[in-house]
Amino acid sequence: MSERSEELLDRLTQRFPDALEVVESIDQPTVVVKREELLAFAEHLKSVEGYVMFNDVLAADWFPAHPRFEVIYQVVHPESWQRFRFKCRIDEHEAVPSVVSVWPGANWPEREAYDLFGIVFEGHPQLTRIYLPDDWEGHPLRKDYPTGGNRID
Amino acid sequence: MATDEVHGLVKREALSDETMVINLGPQHPSTHGVLRVRLVLDGERVVDAQPVIGYLHTGFEKTAETLTYQQCNTITDRLDYLAPMTNNLAYVLAVEKMMQIEVPKRAQYIRVLFAELTRLASHLVWLGTHVMDLGAMSLFFYCMREREVILDLIEAVAGVRMNPSYFRVGGLAYDLPDGFHEKAWDFVKDFPRWMKMYRNLVEGNPLINQRLKGIAVLDRETCYQYGVTGPNIRATGLALDLRKTEPYSSYEEFEFNVPTRTEGDAYARFWVRMEEMDESLKIVEQALDKITPRGEYATRDRKVALPPRDEIYGNMEALIHQFKLVTAGFPVPAGEVYQAVEGPRGEMGFYIISDGGPKPYRWRARTPSYYNLQTLPILCRDGLVADVITAIGSIDIMLGDVDK
Repeated sequence: MSERSEELLDRLTQRFPDALEVVESIDQPTVVVKREELLAFAEHLKSVEGYVMFNDVLAADWFPAHPRFEVIYQVVHPESWQRFRFKCRIDEHEAVPSVVSVWPGANWPEREAYDLFGIVFEGHPQLTRIYLPDDWEGHPLRKDYPTGGNRID
Repeated sequence: MATDEVHGLVKREALSDETMVINLGPQHPSTHGVLRVRLVLDGERVVDAQPVIGYLHTGFEKTAETLTYQQCNTITDRLDYLAPMTNNLAYVLAVEKMMQIEVPKRAQYIRVLFAELTRLASHLVWLGTHVMDLGAMSLFFYCMREREVILDLIEAVAGVRMNPSYFRVGGLAYDLPDGFHEKAWDFVKDFPRWMKMYRNLVEGNPLINQRLKGIAVLDRETCYQYGVTGPNIRATGLALDLRKTEPYSSYEEFEFNVPTRTEGDAYARFWVRMEEMDESLKIVEQALDKITPRGEYATRDRKVALPPRDEIYGNMEALIHQFKLVTAGFPVPAGEVYQAVEGPRGEMGFYIISDGGPKPYRWRARTPSYYNLQTLPILCRDGLVADVITAIGSIDIMLGDVDK
């Protein structure tokens, strides 16, 4: 990892001493943020550290482990082209704060994570299904959702 | 009816009861696929335009979890089916980054060559359909005709025109066929002449200029906030190109410029793409110079790349490797990685989480059109209905890419 990203991680852990955990990664600096501090952390990252460019929000299901879900955020510092990744781990009936107020581009990817994983984003302006029909049952990208079709006897 | 005294225009508040909701699509030729746009109209003026997507959703991300890493390659083709090779490239680079595989230089150059040919083919379809949306029919036929020449080159190496899966983890599927260089050089010689013809048809054309200038403006701040990449952000004056900012597959050895414009409107995006085609041709020429007709096309690591066919018939280890790779696949060390390339529509990336097995645990495609399309309400607001069509064409979306 470059010197620059180490400095950034040092600054961030000093600013949020109780909420951050730096994790090993082979490509980008990565931290895990506590759910309670996520929104404050995102705002700090954007306005103070200059990570203004939104890249992606995705989720992963670690069923049957606890906490079950991992929401992964990717942002970019556009002038120096530095990528940064932060994650938030939640359990099945917990919600994460939405970062749409920080990066408006998170709107659709968060709806997608809601649609396909059933993760609830608190404060999202329009948390509805995006790909699947509104009356669809279940969340297909969950690991306990069957990959085969309906069984025909 | 209340009117604005200064301009004599109808006040917006007075008309709030008379706005009309109209659906554009999902079956409409100018939405470039199955996109539905929910338009709120006040007469001819657009109050709001909300894209409704999901009509082409195919669940690729779930499918990928049931396939081995080599099989996943085939579904990357089908994401953005006009630019299959750049999707392949992003995916194989992501897997190679996880496994730390060195790919021979020659294979890297061939990857660059086809990534650029794909960009040309994709931009030709964009040019033809975008100009057709604006009312110019003839250019569409020329663009499709010339795109066919590129598809012939792709067919020559991969055997199929549309979903080639030519790039494999560890290198390429096959070596270049005999006589490929002659065919490719013929294309390189002909292409500037075609480009000149396209330019003659659109440059200075008052109808096209009027339909594009000052329409669907996107500023750089909005691009940052929505993750808009590719020609759309380069039209706002920022030379952001992943081929330059984080070079992959030996792009640092090629000389090319990154065309930019500053206006951020549909006209700027139009010319950024047109100039990009000239730059792509430069890269194609340089790549053809670097590629020898015969040579290495994949890594020699038999645990990853399939052995050549003739080796299988006479060598037991080769036969075992072939059997193991085809039936079980290869394991990828546990971890997660993100790798992006500059596709024709912007940053095409793959986020792969491996649990150490032969199938991906989580397979995420970061498809550029999805993020570009999100800005449609901003592009269309307060414009005219006809400009909605211009806006959709000018951000160059591909519904296979949006809906995955």
